[in-house]
Amino acid sequence: MELMFTESYHVARADYTSAGHASASIKRQLKQIGVGGDVLRRVAVASYEVELNLVIHSLGGDLTLNVYPDCVELISSDTGPGIPDLKLAMKEGYSTANEMARSLGFGAGMGLPNMKRNADEFDIKSTVGVGTTITMGFHLRGN
Amino acid sequence: MVSVLNANVLIGEDKLDTPVYTACCSDLMSDVLAFVDEKTVLITGLTNPHVVRTSEMLDLKCIVFARGKIPTEDILESADEQGLVVLATKQTAFSTCGILYEMGMRGVPVPEQWEKKDK
Ligand SMILES: Nc1ncnc2c1ncn2[C@@H]1O[C@H](COP(=O)(O)OP(=O)(O)OP(=O)(O)O)[C@@H](O)[C@H]1O
Ligand SMILES: [Mg+2]
Repeated sequence: MELMFTESYHVARADYTSAGHASASIKRQLKQIGVGGDVLRRVAVASYEVELNLVIHSLGGDLTLNVYPDCVELISSDTGPGIPDLKLAMKEGYSTANEMARSLGFGAGMGLPNMKRNADEFDIKSTVGVGTTITMGFHLRGN
Repeated sequence: MVSVLNANVLIGEDKLDTPVYTACCSDLMSDVLAFVDEKTVLITGLTNPHVVRTSEMLDLKCIVFARGKIPTEDILESADEQGLVVLATKQTAFSTCGILYEMGMRGVPVPEQWEKKDK
């Protein structure tokens, strides 16, 4: 399928101050392209959750936005530490977030389930010591 | 809302007539992200930049900072850029909710798919 737009953002580990900037920019970008309403909100929420996970849990990674004629794709890819038990991580309420993240209002263990709920397609792959890749797809109907 | 809460309008004086019907009170941004919709007022005791960023992602219209807490200037600035209404009240988060509930505001409905999943 023809790629209409792509952009990548680097997300640094433990950079709590700028966490959310990539997602804000993704949201602006999509708005400009003409994506709106429910889809835009779902992409924005999922993007923010996945970006915060990169900041809070990963050693750093990249968040990529791909726009196709009929779908928006978000890919988060980091360089570790990986998730040992994916099934457990996907459970609502499971979190290993540190004090810093919690003091900012995160660490409820809702992020991954929330991404899955918001995305039309959701795929997570993780290898301990290597990294985690999350791919999410959002269908654009009549946009 | 401003009068019943005896609140200070920090940002968005010109947008006070925006109608809102539901409210949500949480210091957990992850919870807010999980089930709030855009016509909702967020009542919170947290005053970090993520409260405003979370609101941006959800297109929220109004944040009420409870218990006399006031966020820093740069947080207010980014709220202004987004066109948010920001109020500050001396009431606690709980009282703020109670007062708004009396006014007829209601909680955010929990999405159906959730209830099913929880059972
Ligand atoms: N990119 C990642 N790298 C390593 N571990 C991760 C990554 N993303 C998530 N995890 C692990 O999965 C757990 C669950 O993630 P989830 O986003 O659901 O919750 P959380 O980030 O802890 O809290 P919340 O998202 O509600 O603020 C995390 O606590 C962490 O242990
Ligand atoms: Mg998370």
